[in-house]
Amino acid sequence: MSAPVGTQPTSATAPGATGNPAHPVTRPGSQVSLPRIDGARPTAGIPFGRLALVELRKQLDTRAGRWLLVTIGLVVAGIVTIMLFVGGGAHGYEGYFGATALPLMLLVPIVGILAATAEWSQRTGLTTFALEPRRHRVVLAKVVASTVAAVGCLVAALALAAVANLVAVQGRGADSPWTLSAGMLWGVALVLVLSLAQGVGFGLSLLNTPAAIVGYLVLPTVWSIVTGLVEQMRSVGQWLDIGAATEPLLEGAAMSARDWAQVGTSSLVWVVLPLAIGFWRVRRSEVK
Amino acid sequence: MISVNSLTRRYGPVVAVDDVTFDAKPGLVTGFLGPNGAGKSTTMRILCGLTPATSGTATVLGRPYAALPNPGRHVGVLLDASDQHAGRTGREVLALSALVMGVDRRRVDEVIDVVGLTERESHRRVRNYSLGMRQRLGLAHALLGDPEVLVLDEPANGLDPAGIRWMRSLLRGFADDGGTVLLSSHLLNEIELVADEIVVIGNGRIVASGTKAELLRGAGTTVRSTDDAALEGALRAEGIASTRAPGGGLVAEAEPAGVGAAAARHGIVLVELRQADGRGLEDMFLELTASTAREEVAA
Repeated sequence: MSAPVGTQPTSATAPGATGNPAHPVTRPGSQVSLPRIDGARPTAGIPFGRLALVELRKQLDTRAGRWLLVTIGLVVAGIVTIMLFVGGGAHGYEGYFGATALPLMLLVPIVGILAATAEWSQRTGLTTFALEPRRHRVVLAKVVASTVAAVGCLVAALALAAVANLVAVQGRGADSPWTLSAGMLWGVALVLVLSLAQGVGFGLSLLNTPAAIVGYLVLPTVWSIVTGLVEQMRSVGQWLDIGAATEPLLEGAAMSARDWAQVGTSSLVWVVLPLAIGFWRVRRSEVK
Repeated sequence: MISVNSLTRRYGPVVAVDDVTFDAKPGLVTGFLGPNGAGKSTTMRILCGLTPATSGTATVLGRPYAALPNPGRHVGVLLDASDQHAGRTGREVLALSALVMGVDRRRVDEVIDVVGLTERESHRRVRNYSLGMRQRLGLAHALLGDPEVLVLDEPANGLDPAGIRWMRSLLRGFADDGGTVLLSSHLLNEIELVADEIVVIGNGRIVASGTKAELLRGAGTTVRSTDDAALEGALRAEGIASTRAPGGGLVAEAEPAGVGAAAARHGIVLVELRQADGRGLEDMFLELTASTAREEVAA
């Protein structure tokens, strides 16, 4: 994957003392010279996997990113711990896992928002897009990397819910069954990915972290409140209210064709449209 | 090799870059000189595919920047030393880009070493870097992919005098090895000391370009005589414009030979006759940019 580099161990080697081609770029006042990179310059573009890996690493290598993920873990752990003390802890594995869904929906998309907006708010876009001028690939890499992070959060939630249920059964002797319906697991996973994509979409279209977070958290809610209040909009609202449309998925409830259609239409407005605007904006906008 | 052709960039009614054309050739350091807001950074961002041009073209190594495969391995770019995530360590910034470019991790140590950042400094977060350290990090980043071309926007900013000197010799070495260097500055002295060719921009337009020698020529002739008033008249009679120099004598807008001949024809005794040197690039720069600056005020 990586191009071979000069065979010399370090650049601290005096030029000429080795077989390495001497590079004229030297640290003045010292014997430090910069070796050349062996081999021809690349004629192929950057593989997508490498871009995705870099985007994933960028989510973890800052305190903000790490703390966000730690916070998600702590919130999930806190919720299942509180549940242990409520109702004798007999909520079932599904009950514990289901309770983690809401905080995940609220917090995980922020991972996506930060990934999308950091290039502008932290101005790293100058470097990122100079190294990969085909910006849509960077955006796709961000989507893939945030999805990986979201799946990681989901796995963590499954594990923490399992620990809680284990404590409930073993420690408190609660009658808490281990069943988890596939419908619920996939439902939560699907809604999580949708919310994340929504976060990335809002981040990309607004290119501003606070605006994107507020927009992501507030706009769909405002929409459902408004359409709930205004009689004439209620029927339209059902089709465009992503919160209401995805609710049965989170509960693992049976989905009718009409339910799926409402998930589709509301996702079109709240997920696909922001992503499309975001892609367009990132491709067109000036990186400063 | 960098080729900029009739590049124009408008922001609404404002023309930030106005029909800019110049080349930066391999083996040379090309200085891009202009006052703040002249359009240097915009031109360089267009060059690197970060800002779309309104019209015109810019190519690096014969193609548009965006068409370069893995551009970091061909072109080293430093556009703004503050364009790094404040929460990352310097080393991490380099490691990420090394990963993108597909160069060995060891390369990160090598560039850190060559720009003179210490091991400890490289582990600090960029937030805690001085501007000078950020510039060094930016240069390390530009050198990371072992590029053929360097595009550096105000790289001397924030460097201490020793750092500036160091950077100058680094760029010299890079160009002597056949590399192409385009560096911008609003500081004349900096460009004068390092550049082989100079492109001067003011108010979005190229106002002068050429080799350093070409641009310094035409600075006029310093001439001193036993009777400067008579000399002034004699030069006027010969059609040579001149101005009184502050320390006595005149600065004539002609080559020394022409001034000497004019003085001889009028029988004036010269006590000094030489190519004007005190002017330097600085006067030329101020002169070239003053007119555009005035236009700005009038507009």
